[in-house]
Amino acid sequence: MTELQAGQGAQPLEVPRIDARPQRYRDLLVALAAFAVLALLPMVFGSKQLLDFVIRCAAYGLFATSLNLLVGYTGLISFGHGMFFGLGAYGFGLMMQKTGVPIPVAFVATLAMTCVVAVVIGAICVRLKEIYFAFVTLAFQMLIHSTILSWQSLTGGDQGLRGGIPRPPFLGIDLSNHLHLYITSCALLVVGLLLMRQIAQSPFGYTLRMIRDNATRASFIGIDVWRAKLVIFVLAALFAATGGIIMALFVSGAYPEFAYWTISGEGIFINMLGGVTTFLGPMVGTVLLLILNDTVTRITEYHGIVLGIVILFFAVGLRKGLMDFVVEWFAQRRGEGRG
Amino acid sequence: MDLDALASCLTSPACLVTQTTSGLIIGMLLFLVAVGLTLIFGVLKVVNFSHGAFYMFGAYFAMTAYQLTGSFALAILSGAVGTALLGLVFERAFMSRVYGRDVLMQLLVCYAFVLIFDDVVRMIWGPEFKSMGMPAAFQVPPLFIAGGVVPPYYLLLIGVALAAAAVLGLGLARSRIGKVIRAAAHNPGMVSALGINTGLIYGGVFALGGMLAGLAGALAAPVRSLTPGMGFSVLIESFIVTVIGGMGSILGALIGALLIGLIRSFGSLGFPLFTEGLMYLFMVIVLVSRPTGLFGKEVA
Repeated sequence: MTELQAGQGAQPLEVPRIDARPQRYRDLLVALAAFAVLALLPMVFGSKQLLDFVIRCAAYGLFATSLNLLVGYTGLISFGHGMFFGLGAYGFGLMMQKTGVPIPVAFVATLAMTCVVAVVIGAICVRLKEIYFAFVTLAFQMLIHSTILSWQSLTGGDQGLRGGIPRPPFLGIDLSNHLHLYITSCALLVVGLLLMRQIAQSPFGYTLRMIRDNATRASFIGIDVWRAKLVIFVLAALFAATGGIIMALFVSGAYPEFAYWTISGEGIFINMLGGVTTFLGPMVGTVLLLILNDTVTRITEYHGIVLGIVILFFAVGLRKGLMDFVVEWFAQRRGEGRG
Repeated sequence: MDLDALASCLTSPACLVTQTTSGLIIGMLLFLVAVGLTLIFGVLKVVNFSHGAFYMFGAYFAMTAYQLTGSFALAILSGAVGTALLGLVFERAFMSRVYGRDVLMQLLVCYAFVLIFDDVVRMIWGPEFKSMGMPAAFQVPPLFIAGGVVPPYYLLLIGVALAAAAVLGLGLARSRIGKVIRAAAHNPGMVSALGINTGLIYGGVFALGGMLAGLAGALAAPVRSLTPGMGFSVLIESFIVTVIGGMGSILGALIGALLIGLIRSFGSLGFPLFTEGLMYLFMVIVLVSRPTGLFGKEVA
């Protein structure tokens, strides 16, 4: 796992502060400030495109950050995390189309369903070694994708869930209104990030880091490694599904591509792009990848080649993400200031 | 579910023969891809996530060679040799940079190449479905064995795959190069200290793996439709094969591939909607009961 700690190599080890109460207030303040900025954005720039972009960032950002809980914090390289994104989108879309329950009920029910699936798949996968874990999760992703394709009567097969997802108003929030959808997505993003931050900074979060660095030692001091891995696998799945729900609400449908393996690949790349050593790295990566995707698809139809070359540049050339450089730069400057 | 169809097939020799042959050809193609995957993993300790692309290139190379020369033998040859060269270049230029590094990096490099290779194919041959067509020599009436239909081409395909398995198995076990490869898998540092160029061995094994996948693609070209991205589902299935058989075991890859082939062909009768699911179910059962696979020694 040397690569994952690349950014910390230069600085002296500090004892982590487990009593993170002051930090918690700081996180809350940052979250409130971020939400305020996002909420005020439509008043400054009315452009629908920008708001659409932020909504997509919210969907992919939740997905990518939840993947970082596995990849960066626990050292579980999941290559099938996109299945939960797809499950969230399809689960929510189907629930709204078939049953007509209020949106919050469908939201909770979708998360509950994702939780059950994640427990089953996680229980099989988390005891496997790295490369096996990566590929078996990928295999499950393909199983879910092919189930969506072949179960035409329910999912519409390769056409996806069409006919729109009904979005009845609830509690004065009308998600078919673009501005309401925008604010709700931002709120889900900020709350999701805050919750994940709490998980990462909690004693449980430090247990995960220990499992990443030395699973044998963790199990010797009495940590149930299998259970801890399963718990974080399920938690990460729930956040990924939330991202999928935002996506389903945004496009008012669900498509098989949401459950295709390339979503997982993109998630892994987003983490690489932004850097896995910082909590907000995947968020930065999401914004970068979406901008990159939008620009490239506008210029050429061969968008895989361009994306592939960018990935190679980062993986073989730079060997770390953007936020890793930023963190290193700050650390260096602080070092110089002291010296 | 259609258990009656499955039951009536199992009692009729004609249907049994037809389904078994179709299961065998699925299995044999999967074996050729999976054995390359398992070989590369055994020696280089990386899982070549872009292995499906070699299968795809093998098929496209064969189709082009067949259209240019009209010779089926040349088509198969160019599929195999072309992918071997591609494998060598790919390994030396890129994969050799990520050995011993994080799994994340290995996956990312391969992921990048899956995207690049698919688009290269789309650029050269176009995005639409292509078909190579059955070579004239095999456009003959099928054989009937116990009432079951067996196209002669299937026999060729099974024969070539079995021959490849035998050459590979014997070569690794008996020949000098086979010994060196096994030694390099066990302890590359020592092999290198004894004056053997391990870089060459690694490149060679990767090329061999690529060649086997390319051969599978070339053999599949007359009976499957060609499309960019065709390699991916084959990759996933051959990965399942190696998980079932045990990573690094050639015999395991053979048995695993045959089991998956038979599950697919008989499963499509009994559980038409759940054929893929059966395969995964089988993988899960093996993983839970024997995490190292049926023939694997290494701890998973």
